[in-house]
Amino acid sequence: MTDQAAHQAAHRGLDLEEPLLFDFGETGRSGVDLPDPEPVASRLGGLERTAPIGLPGLSEPQVIRHFVRISRNNYSIDGNLYPLGSCTMKHNPRLNEKVARLPGFADLHPLQPESTIQGALEAIHTLAHWLRTLTGMPVVAMPPAAGAHGELCGLMAIRAAHDAAGQNRTRVLIPESAHGTNPATAALCGYEVDPIPGNARGRIDVAAIREKLGPDVAGIMLTNPNTLGLFESQVIEVADAIHDAGGYFYCDGANLNAIVGKARPGDLGVDAIHINLHKTFSTPHGGGGPGAGPVAFSEALAPYAPLPLVVRGDDGFRLVEHREGQGAASFGRMRAFHGQMGMFTRALTYMQSHGADGLRQVAEDAVLSANYLLESLKDDLSAPFDGPCMHEALFDEAFLQGTGISVLDFAKAMIDEGYHPMTVYFPLVVHGAMLTEPTETESKQSLDRFIAVLRKLAAAAKAGDVNRFRDAPRHTFRRRVDETAAARNPVLRWTPPTPDAQAAE
Amino acid sequence: MSEKRFTRDHEWIEVDGGVGTVGITAYAQEQLGDVVFVELPAPGKTLTRGGEAAVVESVKAASEVYAPVSGEVTAVNEALAANPGLVNEAAESGGWFLKVRLSDPSELEDMMDEAAYRAYTEDAA
Repeated sequence: MTDQAAHQAAHRGLDLEEPLLFDFGETGRSGVDLPDPEPVASRLGGLERTAPIGLPGLSEPQVIRHFVRISRNNYSIDGNLYPLGSCTMKHNPRLNEKVARLPGFADLHPLQPESTIQGALEAIHTLAHWLRTLTGMPVVAMPPAAGAHGELCGLMAIRAAHDAAGQNRTRVLIPESAHGTNPATAALCGYEVDPIPGNARGRIDVAAIREKLGPDVAGIMLTNPNTLGLFESQVIEVADAIHDAGGYFYCDGANLNAIVGKARPGDLGVDAIHINLHKTFSTPHGGGGPGAGPVAFSEALAPYAPLPLVVRGDDGFRLVEHREGQGAASFGRMRAFHGQMGMFTRALTYMQSHGADGLRQVAEDAVLSANYLLESLKDDLSAPFDGPCMHEALFDEAFLQGTGISVLDFAKAMIDEGYHPMTVYFPLVVHGAMLTEPTETESKQSLDRFIAVLRKLAAAAKAGDVNRFRDAPRHTFRRRVDETAAARNPVLRWTPPTPDAQAAE
Repeated sequence: MSEKRFTRDHEWIEVDGGVGTVGITAYAQEQLGDVVFVELPAPGKTLTRGGEAAVVESVKAASEVYAPVSGEVTAVNEALAANPGLVNEAAESGGWFLKVRLSDPSELEDMMDEAAYRAYTEDAA
C-alpha cells in the first residue's frame, strides 16, 4: 500500500489523516507555472548547489488541504476547556482581534517617524499606565517578548543595580516549586541558584529564607500565588527580609490572574514583576501569536529599565532610544524594537472593555472556578494541600496508588474524553502533580461537564479498568507517543524511502 | 570496598581505595522515569560536596545530581552517552555516573547506610 493510500484508510469519519508534505509532494510539480530562468553566471565562488534541492512540489489545493487538515488536529481554547495549569488558557475575546486589525495599528512599521505613529505610542503608554496602576509600581518596561524574557529583563535590571552600587553579589534564592524558567534565567544571568524548600502547607517560610540570606545574595525569585496555586502568606516578611539583606525581590507574575485588581505587587514589596499579557490579559498563546511579557519595576530598579521607553513630552509621545535623560542608567536594549504591538492593542482592549471593576471580577471568578474544581474533585481525585486555593486546583497521584495507573495514563485517558490534560508532573515538589487551571471564562455548565468526566475516569481507575488508561488515547490519529525513544533517538529529518522499500510495494 | 553510602538527595557512593563510584539511587531513577540524557563532568574537574556534579534528564524533568563528597573526578561512565537507559536498568551498578578521588573521607561519615536510606525513602513516599 502506498503511503497516501494508507493515510486515506486511516481517515476517521470526516476527520482526515494527513501525511507529511515530503511523503506526497513530487519534485517538478508546481502550483504556479513560471518560465525557466535565463542561464546566469554564478557569483557564489563555487559554493552554488550542484544537486537538486529535493523540495516537494505541490499544487495550491494540495497545500490548502494539507494545512487545513493538520489544523483540525489542534486543540484550542476556541474548541473546549483547556485546563493547562500555569498557562491561564482563557477565552481570547474577538473584540481584541478587531481592534488589533485596525489599519492604524496593524499597518505600521516600527521604523516610521514618531510623528506618524503618535496613536500607537499613546496606546503603548496607556497600556503601561494600566499596568503601573494594577501593579502599584512606577515604571513598566514594554519590550520583553514573553514571560521568560521578562524574567531576564528583571534580573538584568537587578544586576545593573548591584553593579551601579559596586556590589558583586552572586547568589539568587529560588523556591523548589518555581517554574523552571526562574533558575534558568538566574543561571543565564551568571548567578548561582540556591533552592529554598517549601513547608508542609506548600508555602515558603520566611525563616527558611533568612537562613540563606547573606551579603552575596542578589535577590529572590518568588512566584505569588505560587505554582501550587497557593498565596504566599508571608510575602511581605519575605520582601522585608530580602531588602534588609540588600537584595531585590523578583516576582514571577505568571499567576497574576489570581490577584489582578485585588492585590498590587508593589504593595507586597516586589521590585520587579513580569506580566504575561497572553495569560492575564487574554492575548493569544503560542501559535495564535507571540507572547508579551512587560516588566513592572519599583523605584529602586526603575532607572535600570531597558530601552526604548515611551515617554510623553510637551509635543506628544516619543521613544527614548539611547542612554539619556530618563534612560541614562538603563541596562540597554534587549531586542530590536519596542515590543509586541499586536499584543499591546489586544491587551489594552481587554483592559478597557473590562474596566477596573471587571478586572477585579476576573480574579475573583478565576479563583472561584478553581475552588469549585478543588472542592468538587478532592474526594474523587486527591489534593496534596488543603484549600482554599487561588486560581489553580492542584491534585496528585495519591488516588491512583495501587491501581497500576500512572498520572500520565490518566492524562492520556482524558484525551479520549475530549479534554486536553491539565499540566502533569509539575510542580516537581508534588509526586504526580496534576495542576488544573480552569480560568474565569468557563461557564458552570462547562466546569460541571469537566468534573463529571474526571469523576468518571477516577471511578474507572479505582475499579481496575487498567487497559482503558494504558491504551489511551485510543481515539486520536496518533496513539501514545514513545517519548523515551523520541528523546533518546530523535529523528530530526525526513529521509526518502529506500529503493528496496519502494520495489516491495 | 566500603559499603554503599547514601545522601538525602538520592545519590549513592561506594568507595574503594580512596576513589568513590557515584550514581543516583534506584528510588531516584524510579521517580525520574525514563532517563533520556546524562550530562557528566570532565575528568579532572574538582567537585565540592553538595555542589552540582552532573545533570540527569528524564521524560519528566531535568535534575541536578549533587556531589556526595568533595574531590577530583577521575573517570565518568562513557556508556551513558549512548545508552542513558542504563540508569533505569541498573541505577546502583552499571548505571554509575562518575568516579571521584575523595579529598576528605570523613565526609562519608554522616551519610546514610542502605537500611537508613530505604527507611528514608519509605517515609518520603
